[in-house]
Amino acid sequence: MTKKKGFLDFVSESTFIHILLSIILGFLVGAAFLAVMGLSVGAAYGRLLNSVTSLKGFSYVVVYSVPYIVAGLSVAFSFKTGVFNIGAEGQFVVGSMAAAVVGILCGSLPKPLLIPLCFLAAMAAGALWGIIVGFLKTKWGINEVLSMIMFNWIAFYLSNFIAGIPAIKSEGSAEATKNISSNASMLFSKDFIKSVGLCPTANWGILVAILVMLLVWFIIEKTTLGYELKAVGYNKFAAEYGGINVNRSILTALAISGALGGLAGALQLMGMGSRISIFSSQEGFGFAGIVVALIGVSNPFGVFIAGLFYGALMYGGSKLNLVGAPTQLINVIVGTVVFFIAISVIFRRLKFLKKAPKAPPKPPVSADKKEVQGT
Amino acid sequence: MAKEYVDMNTPVIEMRNIVKKFGDFVANDGINLTVHKGEIHAILGENGAGKSTLMNQLYGLLKPTSGDILVNGKKIEMNNPRDAIDAGIGMVHQHFMLIQPFTVTENIVLGTEPQKGIKLDMATARKNVVEISERYGLSIDPDAKIEDISVGMQQRVEILKALYRGADILILDEPTSSLTPQEIVELIAIMHNLVKDGKSIIIITHKLKEIKESADFCTIIRLGKYIGTVDVDDVDENDLASMMVGRKVSFKVDKQEQTPGEVVLDVKDLHCKDYRDVEIVKGLNLQVRRGEIVGIAGIDGNGQTELVEVITGLRKGVSGQVLVNGVDVFNKPPRFGFEHGVSSIPADRQKHGLVLDFSIEDNLILQNYEEDPFSKKSVLQRDPIFQHATESIENYDIRPPKSEKRPAGTLSGGNQQKVIIAREVQNDKDLLIAVNPTRGLDVGAIEYVHKYIVDQRNKGKAVLLVSFELDEIMSLSDIIDVIFDGQIVSSIPGKEADENTLGLMMAGGGKSQ
Repeated sequence: MTKKKGFLDFVSESTFIHILLSIILGFLVGAAFLAVMGLSVGAAYGRLLNSVTSLKGFSYVVVYSVPYIVAGLSVAFSFKTGVFNIGAEGQFVVGSMAAAVVGILCGSLPKPLLIPLCFLAAMAAGALWGIIVGFLKTKWGINEVLSMIMFNWIAFYLSNFIAGIPAIKSEGSAEATKNISSNASMLFSKDFIKSVGLCPTANWGILVAILVMLLVWFIIEKTTLGYELKAVGYNKFAAEYGGINVNRSILTALAISGALGGLAGALQLMGMGSRISIFSSQEGFGFAGIVVALIGVSNPFGVFIAGLFYGALMYGGSKLNLVGAPTQLINVIVGTVVFFIAISVIFRRLKFLKKAPKAPPKPPVSADKKEVQGT
Repeated sequence: MAKEYVDMNTPVIEMRNIVKKFGDFVANDGINLTVHKGEIHAILGENGAGKSTLMNQLYGLLKPTSGDILVNGKKIEMNNPRDAIDAGIGMVHQHFMLIQPFTVTENIVLGTEPQKGIKLDMATARKNVVEISERYGLSIDPDAKIEDISVGMQQRVEILKALYRGADILILDEPTSSLTPQEIVELIAIMHNLVKDGKSIIIITHKLKEIKESADFCTIIRLGKYIGTVDVDDVDENDLASMMVGRKVSFKVDKQEQTPGEVVLDVKDLHCKDYRDVEIVKGLNLQVRRGEIVGIAGIDGNGQTELVEVITGLRKGVSGQVLVNGVDVFNKPPRFGFEHGVSSIPADRQKHGLVLDFSIEDNLILQNYEEDPFSKKSVLQRDPIFQHATESIENYDIRPPKSEKRPAGTLSGGNQQKVIIAREVQNDKDLLIAVNPTRGLDVGAIEYVHKYIVDQRNKGKAVLLVSFELDEIMSLSDIIDVIFDGQIVSSIPGKEADENTLGLMMAGGGKSQ
């Protein structure tokens, strides 16, 4: 549907109710687990709530959320354009490594130059990761999901390899890169953080995330590019018939999606991490992006909120062990939420929801909507 | 004819005072339908009159807002198609519900697959399918994939699918809209055989001729309201048409004589292959001049589909030339042809013609979204786009009105076609290609479509019409080219053509040029 989607539309959509219900169910299931383990539900959830509602706590949530929001936007963009960017993970990794390399090697550049340069490098690396997969798909028909999963691993080992190069590797004993130059850091000034009482890693990243959200919304809803990409996503046959170059569109969609994935990596590095460890396993920011895109129903505004929610769970969850509850509880909740969103069609069958006020009258030809569209 | 029932006989289907509302919109407003065993009962109405809605309730896809459905005298609540199938009702939808990458056999047995232990017994399945297709005289290739076979063949698969499930009551939604004249004759014979076997058939249609030829009774619906049920023997086509649309309908196409101008489309020695990599267009030559309609008559599968796909750039040919105003568009992308004067109304309006999830306003700019005033500096201009849609909806009578923002997939078939026609006609190209432009449309809509096609001709455009409706070819074409086995085998002036000689030529009996 191409109807303009502002924030209010997102709220008024009935899918919003389904998502809210899914989230509630997620917490209920989490509560059941706590109860089975003999832990206090109130204490655990109270701790969760407390840790994210203080000013400092909330600033942590925002900081945590930024990479999830941007990775979520990357995946949401791909959903809108008919491809499934399961490769956001790999793009995130190559993006953050590209930003790290620039941030270490060009550290003497002034801040206003170095930060955009790091972003550009990260986006170029992520876009490249997307384009290679798109090329395999359009040239030889290789399913993008398969090649993306492999490219996630290629990114993983490539990152570990680069992190071991002497010019990049930390001079100390740490199994990580050097720290990026302070000129590439996006942290607020120490004084500002102290005077307001934010968390020590408070940074500008959230503003970038908001900009990216607006940009994605603008591209998808307002531009001819978005029109083309959506047309190909919905019905590539009609798009081709209408004269749209389908292969070019798929490449463009994957490149933009990949660039966003890469940017998410840069934001994580320049806002929080400052350096990249040699990984022992995939970190999962890109996969979290899939979850965030699903919870946000691929609507840029929805993804933004879903990203904050996810960030809150991640940060709040890390405090759960203070009350003796396992941090893995968060995974149970998130998993349950996604599970219920995925099967949200069941909610639509529930009687009590049917009484909810219906939006505009449905047309009389409902059978027409269901048929095979040659896909 | 199986008409000697007495009222004591319990009807196999009875729908009483069916009302179906979608929000404020009343799609069915107190409709009654009674069908007896061994009867062919037609349901007649314009596009969007509520025929499909009514049948979807009988098939359990929709629930009535009020009213009763009785099967064999028993009140039944249909919650889903499973309930309908269990009650012995089978439905063949106008738009097929087939799984494209599956074979014919797999589609037909889907859900009721014969098994060997836990394994799918494909050999038995295939045997059953061949058997049933032979029994009812609907020949098919059981191993072909759906995505590779023609629309006409897909229709057969759908009919076989319902028969395979042992339906006693068959609902056929526009069953003939994609069949060739020969296939229609066969289908009507099959329908008569089926009712002799004690089956009952409900056929949704707006083809008056077929109602006269096949049905015993006819129930007419107009704008969701029940108009009446008539004995088909008591009425003629004109009566049915005026009951359906509520006014007098003209069947004649008004067309002035005019002298054609220079050649716009010139196809020379074209060769191309079909999906099986078998040559299907074999050295075809064709010309269409300004101000004339050239109709391609032929039985499905003789290369007309592939011919159009090559001209519009959707299929790569092997050799030959396709000149449009002197520019060779052969093996160029669709965009190139469009820019050099080709517009077309595609055969499969839902696959090629529309992006069903897009709104009507967005579908109307599918080729022009990059042009002023619809976009400026790559930003879509919503106001001109909306205004363009408003004008098109009004000028082309797209219903319902004020549907600019509505997804195209929610319109009825006829109105979807009007969206495509509005777009292609307004593109104002020198060549208009129309493939089965009235497939599935009612007489009112057909009148509009024909009028627009003739208008294009009168404005000096070249029109290439490909249609399986011989009536349509004969009434519209200035020249009829008969295609057989990948070549144009004869070319005759439209006004000299008659159905019998054309039919003979289409079957390969014509003399070569």
